[in-house]
Amino acid sequence: MSDANLFVQQRSNRRRSALLVVVFLLFFAWIGFGGDYAYSLMTADADPGAYRHTFPWFGIAATALAIGMAWYGWRNGPKQVLWAAGAWELVNPAKPEEQTLVNVVEEMAIASGVPRPSVWIVPDPDPNAFATGIDERHAHIAVTEGMLTTVNRDELQGVVAHEIAHIRNHDVKLMTLLAALVGVMALISDGMIRTGRHGRFRGRSSGSGGKKGGLGALVLAIWLVSIILAPLVSRLLALAVSRKREFLADASAAQFTRNPGALAAALRKIEDVAQPTKAIKRGTAHLCIADPLGRRSSVKDGFFADLVGTHPPMATRIARLKAMAYQLERTGTIGEAG
Amino acid sequence: MTWIFLLLIVVVVIWVITAYNGLIQLKGDTLNAWKQIDVQLKRRHDLIPNLVNAVRGAMDFERETLEAVIQARNQAIKLQGDAAPTGGVKQLAAAEAQLSAALSRLNVVVEQYPQLKATGNIGQLQEELTSTENRVSFSRQLYNDTATTYNVRQAQFPWNLVAGLAKAEPVELWEITEEGERAVPQVDLSKKPTV
Repeated sequence: MSDANLFVQQRSNRRRSALLVVVFLLFFAWIGFGGDYAYSLMTADADPGAYRHTFPWFGIAATALAIGMAWYGWRNGPKQVLWAAGAWELVNPAKPEEQTLVNVVEEMAIASGVPRPSVWIVPDPDPNAFATGIDERHAHIAVTEGMLTTVNRDELQGVVAHEIAHIRNHDVKLMTLLAALVGVMALISDGMIRTGRHGRFRGRSSGSGGKKGGLGALVLAIWLVSIILAPLVSRLLALAVSRKREFLADASAAQFTRNPGALAAALRKIEDVAQPTKAIKRGTAHLCIADPLGRRSSVKDGFFADLVGTHPPMATRIARLKAMAYQLERTGTIGEAG
Repeated sequence: MTWIFLLLIVVVVIWVITAYNGLIQLKGDTLNAWKQIDVQLKRRHDLIPNLVNAVRGAMDFERETLEAVIQARNQAIKLQGDAAPTGGVKQLAAAEAQLSAALSRLNVVVEQYPQLKATGNIGQLQEELTSTENRVSFSRQLYNDTATTYNVRQAQFPWNLVAGLAKAEPVELWEITEEGERAVPQVDLSKKPTV
């Protein structure tokens, strides 16, 4: 990847991060103010003396809540992600393989020109790895114990280079924000649906007739549908955002290590184990080097795999890396990937 | 007419500022990458005495291999002080290549002593050595990439017009000399390890 491409990627990531936050805030504003609107339309014809919803309390509360959560996600997103995976920070490496990991991270930080990220270990026997952080200076790389025992030094270098590429391309900010905000969105939506089912709105809407009541019901319907669909849409958004990045990070990793074959071999080994990584939850799946849910859709190409996989099919990634290795051997340079 | 003229001047001035800053940025990146090499070379030079001390007792008769390492290290340290991107890179690169060759010869010898490797300390030192060699080569790679961008940019039209203003001058790349490349470790199989 040339420098021009890198800057394009970094800028696009910044833009997408900002867009994500805006969409998140707008969604909460809509949940709040839309609810206010529906409620006020339905109570407009209420008997004198009965409660009329005239001030948008929900809207103000929801927007304030969203701003608070976005800020929290921004500040604590990386910590949350690491905490959710049960990772511990590797400060004083005791075992030889831990020393190797710390060394490899240092080497790749040098090759890519980013400050050395802090190193974390996830106690899980399945080989996997992810990176998180808000900027280059405060970035973290987490590797599972299974990864350390599965791959050799060169392959580990490829894996770490892939994660460092995510940091340098500014992918981690977007992906960490996504993990934090999408998680919150799913949670709120779940809660709202549960509350709705217990009939807070049901009784009232049947009582209100007239034109305004009808409009109120319509607004309410759209409102409910948007709450139900929100996690699904944000999920698909997260997937679409993360897959393209994997190819780019693979290409950057090849550029850093000048050894695309090692990453291909590592991916092959990771794919062969293909157990679910239990420590890594669904909300952070798009951060990992390989799909932690162990879904076999990552094996096949096809529409379904394109739609639901957080990662591109492993076979495609390996094939691209092998092509790069071949090119490197023949010409001594790595050109644009795919 | 005067408006067009003024506008033209403004555009030119803005371009000069941007181009100047771009070159300064690249120069800074190059110097930074160079500093990175410096740090890693120092790390390598500091590691060697430990390595030599650890293996010295066990392989007394391999004195010349150890001597070659120590000598290459001292030579490299001497050249490191004077080297900068604008001069002395080639000499330093040659000295470091010789050190690399001497170290890999030593590594081959160490591999012949299973009981030496089994003491643990050596295994650790070998990992350190591998990592250090990698760090040196990766920082070299970063430096060469950055320096090439810098060199190409300052020679290209129209950036070459402000190159003098930004005090930009071509920097030397860290090239692996033929000599270093050729110095592959030679293994003398007639010497049997004393087990």
